[in-house]
Amino acid sequence: MAAGTALKEIDMATADEVAAEEFSRVVERHRPQIFRFLLSSTRDLDLAETLTQECFLKAHRNWGSFRGESSAMTWLMRIAINLQKDHWRNRRMQFWKTTRTNSVDLDEASEWLPSGESSAEQQLLARERVKQVWQSVKGLSERQRTVFLLRYVEEQELSEIAEATGLSEGTVKAHLSRAVARVRLELGGNR
Amino acid sequence: MSWIEKKLETGKTFERQPDLRAVESEDVMLESALKDFRDSIHAWSDSAMGRPRTVKTEIRRRSWRLAAGWALGCVLAAGGLSGGLFEQHHRQELQRIVAAQKAAADQKELDEQRERAKVSDEVLLAGVDSDVSRDVPSAMEPLAQLMVDDGTK
Repeated sequence: MAAGTALKEIDMATADEVAAEEFSRVVERHRPQIFRFLLSSTRDLDLAETLTQECFLKAHRNWGSFRGESSAMTWLMRIAINLQKDHWRNRRMQFWKTTRTNSVDLDEASEWLPSGESSAEQQLLARERVKQVWQSVKGLSERQRTVFLLRYVEEQELSEIAEATGLSEGTVKAHLSRAVARVRLELGGNR
Repeated sequence: MSWIEKKLETGKTFERQPDLRAVESEDVMLESALKDFRDSIHAWSDSAMGRPRTVKTEIRRRSWRLAAGWALGCVLAAGGLSGGLFEQHHRQELQRIVAAQKAAADQKELDEQRERAKVSDEVLLAGVDSDVSRDVPSAMEPLAQLMVDDGTK
């Protein structure tokens, strides 16, 4: 009887260790993507880092209830989207606080370009185009922005986006179409 | 085969070719812009992931707020405490005054009762005296005079 209990305890300890190791691998693998999504959504480095930490903390707490019905990435993205929503909702509620934001402006956000072999002129053009896309992303609704970023920055499939946002694929397509139309208009209007 | 190519293969495309080329170039530009946008965010994110975090200013701001919060909390607590004490003292004083007034009123009423009782006793005794008193026969008048004079019965 006692030996059985001891064996059960050892099994549980081993299962915990395995789960912890598995979770560490998930964090290592998906942290950059989650952080990148939050950074592009908020344009605020500190906020993106804080929300990323919160996302993985929440995921760790609920790791036991994750059944693997969707991919870990989709699950984590769903948590990140909800955290982001909560953050903006709380900010709106705390109207008495100073509405100071650390979001970088569009010029600064557009500065980042991978150093390729392209000429200075091409770099300048690319920077201008990136700024125009940022401009149109800024004007999108929260949902449109989320869908747009997941599709064109994270390169997710429509089904994955639908699962992460809790929307139907048709709604995702509609949001995406409106967002792209806006980007197209911005790019066309500033030619 | 893209939809643009399909349209180009149809009969009516000849006169519409300039429009289609415009659409095609617009699509190419959109694709290029989206690719640059994606690359830009990836580069920014990769760079930000490796940067050291500096939270000195934030801590100072937070500590200042914490200190202000504590100070405000202390002031409010002290205010509440002193207000409570004042209120309690005020109530005790009121109770003391009311008790003193009540005691004085009770005392006054007691005195009045005693006074009334004293008066009624005297009246009663006078009544009893008058009831039990008899006229002294004239033969005993000298003796009655003597009792009154030396105070003996």
